Amino acid sequence: MNAARADAVAPAGRFARFIAWVDARFPLTKLIREHATEYYAAKNFNVWYVFGVLAIVVLGIQLITGIWLTMSYKPAATDAFASVEYIMRDVNWGWLIRYMHSTGASAFFIVVYLHMFRGMMYGSYKPPRELLWIIGMLIYLALMAEAFFGYLLPWGQMSYWGAQVIVSLFGAIPAIGDSLVEWIRGDYFISDITLNRFFALHVVAVPLALVLLVVVHIMALHETGSLNPDGIEIKEHKGPDGIPLDGIPFHPYYTAKDLVAIVVFLVFFSLVVFFAPEMGGYFLEHANFEPANMLKTPEHIAPVWYFTPFYAILRAVPSKGLGALLMLLAIVALFLLPWLDRCKVKSIRYRGWIYKLALAAFAISFVALGYLGLQPATEKVFVYAARVFTAIYFAFFVFMPIYTRYEKTKPVPERVVYHAE
Amino acid sequence: MSLEKLKFPAASAVLVLVMGAPLAASAAGDGIALEHAGNDVGNVASLQRGARNFVNYCMGCHSAKYVRFNRLAKDLQLSEDQVIDNLMFAAEKLHETMQVAMPPEDAARWFGRAPPDLTLMARARGTDYIYTFLKSFYLDDSRPTGVNNLVLAGASMPHVLWELQGLQRKTVEQDEAGHEHIRLEPVTEGSLTPEEYDQFVRDLVNFLDYTAEPMQLERQRLGFWVLLYLLVFGLFAYLLKAEIWKDVK
Repeated sequence: MNAARADAVAPAGRFARFIAWVDARFPLTKLIREHATEYYAAKNFNVWYVFGVLAIVVLGIQLITGIWLTMSYKPAATDAFASVEYIMRDVNWGWLIRYMHSTGASAFFIVVYLHMFRGMMYGSYKPPRELLWIIGMLIYLALMAEAFFGYLLPWGQMSYWGAQVIVSLFGAIPAIGDSLVEWIRGDYFISDITLNRFFALHVVAVPLALVLLVVVHIMALHETGSLNPDGIEIKEHKGPDGIPLDGIPFHPYYTAKDLVAIVVFLVFFSLVVFFAPEMGGYFLEHANFEPANMLKTPEHIAPVWYFTPFYAILRAVPSKGLGALLMLLAIVALFLLPWLDRCKVKSIRYRGWIYKLALAAFAISFVALGYLGLQPATEKVFVYAARVFTAIYFAFFVFMPIYTRYEKTKPVPERVVYHAE
Repeated sequence: MSLEKLKFPAASAVLVLVMGAPLAASAAGDGIALEHAGNDVGNVASLQRGARNFVNYCMGCHSAKYVRFNRLAKDLQLSEDQVIDNLMFAAEKLHETMQVAMPPEDAARWFGRAPPDLTLMARARGTDYIYTFLKSFYLDDSRPTGVNNLVLAGASMPHVLWELQGLQRKTVEQDEAGHEHIRLEPVTEGSLTPEEYDQFVRDLVNFLDYTAEPMQLERQRLGFWVLLYLLVFGLFAYLLKAEIWKDVK
């Protein structure tokens, strides 16, 4: 009773008045409304829809642990390896920060690959979300650059020779190749100079681009609105209040749901960080516990697992130039997805068997190429297998305009399918 | 394939030079099956014996340059005086690390390559690798050291532990199917029985497993509490979600 009377007398409390003061100068309440409390998302999101949020969580982990690593890391060829061991042994909680960062790198690719696959299943790249997809692909490119530059920093054997192999790919470009490679390295071989510039790119340039692109990605998403597993535009069915009938506000509904997803993710993340930080040599490669030695090539150079599908494509081709070109095309093809897919139906739930088959074949070939990229290329059978899966990978894109045009689709329901638990 | 096609010419040239170095080890083993080390980093007594073995037999040539003596004392439950009296021969201060007195340039001249630092060897090559390596020296007159190694053919390291293990020779037998079986047979007896020698090497490997990642036990202990926290928090997060979502039809 008293509270009600107090409200009547002073309708705005101290805090509310402060918010009003801010709102007159900065669109705070407006931003919260537009992007959270009055941003409507379909109520039928399934588990595939958590990976976007998880990617932001991992980005946060990487930025924060990265800042702390930078405080003790020394980007010099003579000191880098030792400074990482210094972090592992002498810096308080240094080992935890470093393992979170190294595990975070792999976790980033896992959630991003699943996020992209979600898009391919439910047609998230189809009109009007082509730009959203393209921005997402740019994030993926930035992520690959970030991972590549970062991997040189521990200055282990695999850091050194992995960078050597990838940088030398630019040598495949006709005419300017060799001078370009020299320009990238800043030296005649991977050296202290290369390490310094990769450090600058890894801790300043690329993270800045990544964060900006993520902001732009979310802006584009909130312009078109999120799609859903049924591939139906919820904006087409609005109530008299102008709110989509199948939509629920992002906050508190999806913030609460995503929180559960984040905890589940952190359980898996912690299992790796605390109980298997090397992840059997896939997250931290064994050879990288030996300091970089430019006089000694490791027996077997393999990039970290998240690059191996493309590495397998590169090795499947006998000519280095053509291999590098195919590797590039493998990524370019993903950019073109919105225009290669001619099917009007968005979600795989209502698409024909031919797209389901094609997508399954694509996913299998991607995973298989990832496996083959980890194997030594001395075994002929691995090279032949890589050729087969490379062919399947590209067939998915090359024939897409044809097989999606004549696809027999199922009728799409008017409203999203949702069963309350 | 790809290695050849990607390597840049300068590196290849350098490689040829290195291959020509007198005692340099060939990179690959002969693909022999590694024995399981079976060490336990939680066994402090074994770690203490391993530290003793390392200091007495390895540290003449091999450093463990990221291992500090005072950290070692703490982790191995030794008093500072015990460490000073038993483990510190070259270092003077407790906060120093396990260095060798031998200059690397001289070492490279004497052995063909400087003996590598061993701090991280267990992570780089694995405990089973070191365990098997230290048990697989055999007599080979063609080598300057008089011994070769099954795990690392052409190893530049002499058999430092020969007095303990005794010397072995390699025999190759062919079975009916024509498969070769390589076996090592004792030629002379060592001061330790084979079982004692295995344990000696196991303790040493255990110590190297520890030096490679000294916080590994702490990491697992902390991990347990983090997971417990996440499970409890996850339960409340789920209840919150269920409460908020109950009106979504």
